[in-house]
Amino acid sequence: MSLRTPLGRVRGLGSAKSGTHHFWMQRVTAVALIPLTLWFIYAVMSLLGADHATVSAWMQSPVNAVLMVLLIVATFHHMQLGLQVVIEDYIHGEGIKIASLMIMKGGSLVLGIAATFAVLKVAFGG
Amino acid sequence: MSNGDRPLSPHLQIYAWQWTMALSILHRATGVGLAGGTLLLVWWLLALANGAESFDTVQMVIGSWIGRLCLLGWTWALFYHFCNGIRHLFWDIGKGFELDTARNSGYTVVVASLGLTGLTWVVGYMAMGAM
Repeated sequence: MSLRTPLGRVRGLGSAKSGTHHFWMQRVTAVALIPLTLWFIYAVMSLLGADHATVSAWMQSPVNAVLMVLLIVATFHHMQLGLQVVIEDYIHGEGIKIASLMIMKGGSLVLGIAATFAVLKVAFGG
Repeated sequence: MSNGDRPLSPHLQIYAWQWTMALSILHRATGVGLAGGTLLLVWWLLALANGAESFDTVQMVIGSWIGRLCLLGWTWALFYHFCNGIRHLFWDIGKGFELDTARNSGYTVVVASLGLTGLTWVVGYMAMGAM
């Protein structure tokens, strides 16, 4: 016999009220990062020792710029999901936990947007 | 939430160390380490956007021995998290839970991450004409 209410069972969201969304997005970004990471390693290898002009020209290729932005989005999304679980596991005080989560999520957003801005600035010829 | 005097689940110290358990902890540790590594990526991109002078500074820092040491660590952390992440994805679709399989896939991940790191750095040094 289940003690859950019919409405709770239908919604299936559990105590966090978000269901499997966190788990699922972690997996979606992980799968996206498989090809993106391989591409990134190849890209870094091909740019070893390159000077500013060479790397800028490389970033101005639409394919490279778009893949770079995709890598940044997937990486920072995956990162903040992962760090969220680490914080939730190890920080037990409710106040400090919420504060840590806000700082970490805000920081991830700032870093991701700064990185994207940098890529676009170079890609558009700045 | 107050736990009062309710019993706790056993702490980590109580378990005999196992290969799979160490690898699981390592997955989280490399993930956190890679989060630190994103700072270098962001700095590198911002410097690139800022101009040749800033870019040369970052390249100099990365090229120093300590920069290369960090990069070597991050290369391995990336390959480990990458390979073990794929191992996790197989578990997610319900495959590879048998004890033998889980242990062997663990060995494979460690060997693959070390091998890929070595390969990447050898190819990298060869590309730069240092080998």
